Amino acid sequence: MALGLRDGAASRAVYLAFCAFVFVFLVAPILVIVPLSFNAEPYFTFTEGMLRLDPDAWSLRWYEALVDDVRWSRALVNSLGIGVAAALLATVLGTVAALGLSSPAMPLRRLVTGILISPMVIPVIIAAAGMFFFYSDLRLTQSHFGLILAHAALGTPFVVITVTATLSGFDRNLVRASQSLGAGPLTTFRRVQFPLIAPGVLSGALFAFAASFDEVVIVLFMGGLNQRTIPRQMWSGIREEISPTILAAATFLIAFALLFLFAVERLRSRTR
Amino acid sequence: MTTGNVGPPTRARLRAAGLTLPLVAFVGFSFLFPLGTMLSRSVYDPLVADTLPGTLALLEEWDGETLPGEPVFAAAARELETALDARLAGRLGGRVNRVASGMRTVIVRGARAAAEAPAATARETLIGGDPAWGEPATWRAIRAAGERFTARHYLRALDLDRDAGGSIVRQPEELRIYVPLLLRTLMVSGAVTLLCLLLGYPIAHLIANSPPRRARWLILLVLVPFWTSLLVRTTAWIVLLQTHGVLNSLLVALGIVADDGRIAMIYNMTGTLVAMTHVLLPFMVLPLYSVMRTIPPHFMRAASSLGANRRQSFLRVYWPLTLPGTAAGSLLVFILAIGYYITPALVGGSSGQLFSNMIAFHMQTSLNWGLAAALGGILFVVVGALYVVYDRLVGASSLKLG
Repeated sequence: MALGLRDGAASRAVYLAFCAFVFVFLVAPILVIVPLSFNAEPYFTFTEGMLRLDPDAWSLRWYEALVDDVRWSRALVNSLGIGVAAALLATVLGTVAALGLSSPAMPLRRLVTGILISPMVIPVIIAAAGMFFFYSDLRLTQSHFGLILAHAALGTPFVVITVTATLSGFDRNLVRASQSLGAGPLTTFRRVQFPLIAPGVLSGALFAFAASFDEVVIVLFMGGLNQRTIPRQMWSGIREEISPTILAAATFLIAFALLFLFAVERLRSRTR
Repeated sequence: MTTGNVGPPTRARLRAAGLTLPLVAFVGFSFLFPLGTMLSRSVYDPLVADTLPGTLALLEEWDGETLPGEPVFAAAARELETALDARLAGRLGGRVNRVASGMRTVIVRGARAAAEAPAATARETLIGGDPAWGEPATWRAIRAAGERFTARHYLRALDLDRDAGGSIVRQPEELRIYVPLLLRTLMVSGAVTLLCLLLGYPIAHLIANSPPRRARWLILLVLVPFWTSLLVRTTAWIVLLQTHGVLNSLLVALGIVADDGRIAMIYNMTGTLVAMTHVLLPFMVLPLYSVMRTIPPHFMRAASSLGANRRQSFLRVYWPLTLPGTAAGSLLVFILAIGYYITPALVGGSSGQLFSNMIAFHMQTSLNWGLAAALGGILFVVVGALYVVYDRLVGASSLKLG
């Protein structure tokens, strides 16, 4: 039970109050953005009218600005396109690799795992700088294809981790049973293994998509004007023309994050 | 290769390895190889050697004290002219400039003179372009910049320099930038890790000891920021903390702070600390939670029934049991904090910049790529060492997501 059961209610109250503070610290900053995005004034704070719930103080003007601005809609198209392609690539490669990694026969498992997880751990700034040189030698900077390759590399560790985790609960006797009934390795994978690990694969894909959808450093180094993504657009929004339009965009992204969170949580409860 | 009777059969091993091969190749090509070529730039810079091969070959015979002879001048004038035609003169000057400042203009003027105003001798041509060509120091700089492999960038990245005699000395105190910045980055990362532990430990405990339904909701509160875009969270802190932001306005409205006494909470180190703690806190809570969940509640009851007070049973029973989670979370947060770039760049102001921001500066603004690569190499070594510790302690494969 909780730490402070014996020494009475006072310390328990302090403990709960502290926990409440931490939860507020985690969530409140994100929630504050939502009402502020409906501000009728170009300020980043609540106006008196907003606090009085005066309808004139609230407006949709920043959402109109967001929808009207072709830079944002182009950024959305770029983000979705690059994200989906990178996630697909990462999911296929990552799932196949996870099948190998979780086989008991895998040699050099520790080393290979270390290599495959490294894109998640190595600071993006070093990777982005390296990719900038290497990809520009291949004329892949300022191209969607280059960004897809780079983002897919960043996304693969997530797929490897989630699929490996699903496979660790996988009963290998099912594979033997399937093979003893005459199924080849491909049929076994398609009919037995894949349906069972599908939720893990899908949540890995969602993670990989989110990793690309949220990535800005590599885009900053490698992307041109035509490869501006949503985070890249937010980056310029914060640095250059700070207007509540970015709050409207942020609100969209928050809704998006909640959607993803619930999708992944549902998938997780299915793998248990 | 035969495995004999120990271990699985060779065919199964090959199949497992074969399945991982495509991804290993992909990560190697798209991620690790670029990383390697970038790091190689920190010690390998062939531009000067490739542009002035003849000059450098002749300079090998030179004593380094007197002015070189006419053949050296002639070779230099010829190769500088070629460099100018290939639009390489500026970059060439930039490289030599890193050895001795002021050399950029000397090189470029020499190249222009060689192309546009040839005199009777190559010597007069170059000295006519810039009198510095008449000084041995210029030639020494060119010879030094002509080395293909150089430790120069690493020396600078470690605030070291070579004195006139060639031995390695520390830079004078006011010129030391990178080592203090690295130390500051390590300190900030340590502070962020400590803050995350302080804030994360109690809530991980609360979640682990809540009934399942409530625990699910509470863990969602940790996961919302985890899934929310980094840019959104950084924006949120700007909105909250800036001088005319929500928190300051609230303090003014409550009369705690005067309107002209608004607190600078962002665009400085405070902003970096607060925003980074917020961003990294879930990475601390999740491993802590997964360890705490496995600690049976009756352990604590047993401790207290044996006469331990609350402090004792926490320090002697609970805390030691949570150490694996504490170590995993702390190392992960520390590793991620050291390489942080976006948050400090956006909310750190001038005082809240970290090591990564310096790498970006040399990549994008000063265009001193060799130095950027050396700084990247240092960061890579630090993070790599911590990653190895993490792998030994926790196992990289046990990294959990959400």
